[in-house]
Amino acid sequence: MKTYDYPRPNSEEITPRSLFLSRRRIMAGAGASLMAALLAENNAEAEALKTHPGPYTADLTPTPEEDATHYNNFYEFGMDKGDPSANSGNYKPFPWTLEIEGLVKHPQKINVEDLLRSAELEERIYRMRCVEAWSMVIPWDGIPLHKILEKAEPDDKAKYVAFESVVRPSEMPGQESAFTGISWPYVEGLRLDEALHPLTLLAVGAYGSSLPNANGAPLRLVVPWKYGFKGIKAIQKIRLVEQQPPTTWNQLAPQEYGFYANVNPHVDHPRWSQASERVIGARSLFGERRQPTLMFNGYEDYVSALYKGMDLHEYY
Amino acid sequence: MNIINKNNTYSVSSLIKNWRIVFYPVGLFPALWLLWEGTRGELGADPVNTFERALGLWAFRFLLLCLFLAPLKAKTGINLLRYRRLFGLLAFFYACFHLLAYIGLDHQFDWPVLLKDIMQRSFIILGMAAFLGLTPLALTSNRFFMKKLGRYWKKLHQLIFPVAIVAAIHFSLAFKTLNDESIFYSAILICLLVVRLPVWAKSLRKAMT
Repeated sequence: MKTYDYPRPNSEEITPRSLFLSRRRIMAGAGASLMAALLAENNAEAEALKTHPGPYTADLTPTPEEDATHYNNFYEFGMDKGDPSANSGNYKPFPWTLEIEGLVKHPQKINVEDLLRSAELEERIYRMRCVEAWSMVIPWDGIPLHKILEKAEPDDKAKYVAFESVVRPSEMPGQESAFTGISWPYVEGLRLDEALHPLTLLAVGAYGSSLPNANGAPLRLVVPWKYGFKGIKAIQKIRLVEQQPPTTWNQLAPQEYGFYANVNPHVDHPRWSQASERVIGARSLFGERRQPTLMFNGYEDYVSALYKGMDLHEYY
Repeated sequence: MNIINKNNTYSVSSLIKNWRIVFYPVGLFPALWLLWEGTRGELGADPVNTFERALGLWAFRFLLLCLFLAPLKAKTGINLLRYRRLFGLLAFFYACFHLLAYIGLDHQFDWPVLLKDIMQRSFIILGMAAFLGLTPLALTSNRFFMKKLGRYWKKLHQLIFPVAIVAAIHFSLAFKTLNDESIFYSAILICLLVVRLPVWAKSLRKAMT
């Protein structure tokens, strides 16, 4: 007997349970049909990802997706927190090729669309601590960077990893502004052992969907024990190098932003304390939470060995 | 602005004469609006920071308006000098709200952190200095002190100029990089100071001879 065969969506098209639940939570919480409509429209472009929970996923409640995707520092699109979501409509991240070059045995050209469909994709719920003393919790979807670097096989001379973002003034209005003093492209760097650390993630998604433009589409770095600005967005090139590479914020204000930029409540920013942080997501003026900042953003057990014997006041 | 007349009774005529008092609630409207939005969760993802910064910016705006009236009269003859106290006091009120938001909402009365901020960080020290400079001006902005201080009153109120400069630097330091907003307001302040230079040069020459 012939059974009725209904059209089934491809498995990639099925909304992950977590995303579905978070959407429901937001809608229920907001009670505003307008916002729900906006969100639905926003996510029409975002691709739902097939991902599985990875390690280090601490028992944390994620920041509402609306806040994490509309409160961003991404100066390529403007200096205000709302600029990246408001001004990134013309930015077209795909197609995108990530190049891995420099001191490697096998230079790579990776099609990022392949990464989005990779079976190695995993979800990592990480704390995100901005140098401006606010914090979020974000469920990233990505691949640990070491898995990608190992394919390229860094050679023995490689000591650092340099990252380079994209320059597209026609799509990124902030790159046309003369005010910031930032010279593009945005560049970042890690020591090789930091880059190979299993916590370090190359994220292609968040909240179960491909990365929104405002959060660094199509792929970005996530180093959860460091301040957010180390998490370079829209990465085009990864270069293995021998010398410590220049990094954008360090070049701009070396006395305020170091190369290491490890989250450290005992080393203050010259203009403000880093001992505590505002927790994003309360939405209410009188209900906002401030919590103590944790050493290495709560990842001390995993990463403190990387900095054994180093004076963290000097190497901030 | 005396609402109570000689017989210590409210009179319609004195209220009409002092109708300009309505500008105070009008000037305080942005603060009330921000408070309304904040309690309704409409100040975005980081409401305390948005609230605190907006109050500081309004303080600086009113300070600039206050400094605008004298050159306005000198250049165009439009005399709005009677509103100078209004704008000065509004600047002071907003500076108070800004400081309260910083202490109470942002740092939630964490005195050790606040004291360290106030003692050590130039950004905060400048903000506090501007506030402390504004305080005696607000306290002596009434007729009583004008009469009592006589010619010293004018001297004292020259303090508004260093206060404005310090506030502009504090405002610029509130951003991680150079910022179009702080450049815009600082440029206005520079213009308001530059137009006064000839007057100041003249009085300086007079003092030296």
